[in-house]
Amino acid sequence: MTRAVSARNVALVDVLDRLLEGGVVLTGDLTLAIADVDLVQISLRALICSVEADRDGATGSRP
Amino acid sequence: MTASRYVYAIGRAPDPTNLAGLVGIDGAEVHPIAHREQVAVVSAAPSDEAALRARLERLDELAVVAEAHHAVVAAVATQTVVVPFRLATIYTDEHRVRELLRQRYDEFEALLDRLAGTVEVGVKLYVEDRSPALATPSTSGRAYLQQLSQRHLRRDQEWQHAAAAVELIDAALGAHALDRSHHRPQPAQLSGATGDNVLNAAYLVPTGKVTEFTDLAERLVLAEPALRVEVTGPWAPYSFTEPDRGDRP
Repeated sequence: MTRAVSARNVALVDVLDRLLEGGVVLTGDLTLAIADVDLVQISLRALICSVEADRDGATGSRP
Repeated sequence: MTASRYVYAIGRAPDPTNLAGLVGIDGAEVHPIAHREQVAVVSAAPSDEAALRARLERLDELAVVAEAHHAVVAAVATQTVVVPFRLATIYTDEHRVRELLRQRYDEFEALLDRLAGTVEVGVKLYVEDRSPALATPSTSGRAYLQQLSQRHLRRDQEWQHAAAAVELIDAALGAHALDRSHHRPQPAQLSGATGDNVLNAAYLVPTGKVTEFTDLAERLVLAEPALRVEVTGPWAPYSFTEPDRGDRP
């Protein structure tokens, strides 16, 4: 009856949509502060950094 | 070994032995914390919170953490109804997780009831730029300019038509789903996809209707040559974990 929900062959970008914008969000004094962090902002910073790293790599300026 | 617990999801009492061998973030063993018929699916959290936060800022590390989280949720979702948690939800110890289960029991029951027997299907629509290359200005400059302006007009019309079609397709899919949710369109640098992502939607669909729903999405888009569709999933219902949102189609 239960159709398998496969973890394979999924694109990272689709996983991030769900894990950073979806899912139960619990904040407050029960949790460590990490859950309060705006994870969408984090993913955008991660994206920007990776795009910049790619560009640096392409111009051969990586140490 | 740290006392703090990373929470992946709440499930409805799967046989706890079914979690045996399942590993989560940093290879930590996944285990259940039960309260009545509800089970929090957890593992030991990475001990250094500041380090974890820094890791989430790097795309390659973020990917590792996200994929570990997703793998656990997907594995549990094959066994029982789950309410997935957002990435990096960490409690200071098991006692706090038990407290959460006690305090939010009714809320989680309502969500589990609503999500039982359903999966999430992702549908992304892209507008492809199909304008033909301009002919070389072999005749006159004037003819070339005319051609250019016609091309702009045609593109505007195509965009307007595509936007209207996207709205209709979203509505038609919504009518065949239990609920829908819109994510932000994906930037091409991250997805690597061609065309402009104009719809990034998720639909909550009965488990037995996934094939039918996917076929419907593909059929609707087939009638629109300017659009391309990508269907993903089935997913655990990540995009439908808010308590009743009251904006169902």
